[in-house]
Amino acid sequence: MTCTEFIALLDDLMDDRVSAALRAELEEHLRGCEHCVVTLNTTRKTIEIYRSHELYELPNDLRSRLHKAILAKCKKC
Amino acid sequence: MPDIQTQGTEEVHPDVLLVNRAREGDVQAFEKLVKQYDRQVFRIAQHITQNREDAEDVVQDSFLKAYEKLDQFQGNSKFYTWLVRIAVNEALMRLRKRRTGRMVSIDEDVETEEGSMPRDLADWGPDPEQQYSQSELAEILRKTIQGLPPGFRVVFVLRDVEGLSTEETAETLGLSVPAVKSRLLRARLQLRERLSRYFRKDKRNGGAK
Repeated sequence: MTCTEFIALLDDLMDDRVSAALRAELEEHLRGCEHCVVTLNTTRKTIEIYRSHELYELPNDLRSRLHKAILAKCKKC
Repeated sequence: MPDIQTQGTEEVHPDVLLVNRAREGDVQAFEKLVKQYDRQVFRIAQHITQNREDAEDVVQDSFLKAYEKLDQFQGNSKFYTWLVRIAVNEALMRLRKRRTGRMVSIDEDVETEEGSMPRDLADWGPDPEQQYSQSELAEILRKTIQGLPPGFRVVFVLRDVEGLSTEETAETLGLSVPAVKSRLLRARLQLRERLSRYFRKDKRNGGAK
């Protein structure tokens, strides 16, 4: 398996959408390719970092203002 | 255990019960749905519009539109997915208004070849985010994701940040499953590549070689 082939299957591997046979092939490639190990680990980490950090917090005062505005209009519908 | 209404053998999602009550004019039931999903809608709107005021408007307009269209909600998709579809459309419309004269769609700029193959292969430290304060880190993450083409950004946000499935993301954006998969892979790889500038292991010892 080449690195290009490995990268094309990266998402399927991370999302656990590969058959046992294909997984074995991917793992075989990883044993001999440090570059792809790094790519896999840091891509996983990228997703994890974005998932665990709130970049756009909705402040409570804005939240309640929005709720009021939405519900006031709903009542008029 | 509260009694859960069933249809056949399938459990009815609590959201569907709220939607049914809201359809009958129970505004409080709708308020529960707003409270449950307003943060997600705001986040998605911010990621798409990159503008705070627009994101606020998108939250309001999306929930109002959802309320008006509750009768059209079929219940064969999740309420959340249905709501996100409305919000994405509202957000794209806002983005178009701000950038008049420029076409904005989720197909924009996706024909780039960047990110197909990783170039920066330096490994990251074990806790790369520890090198930065929370506010520095948030700024790095915002700046990095803002640099992605909108069509990649929205796929990454829906799939990886908001946790929609590949199929739900495709349905929400009106894209095919293979198109979502191809954009997601490139979005993930581009973000990884860009974050490497900040998180690579030898960063503190002089940065890039």
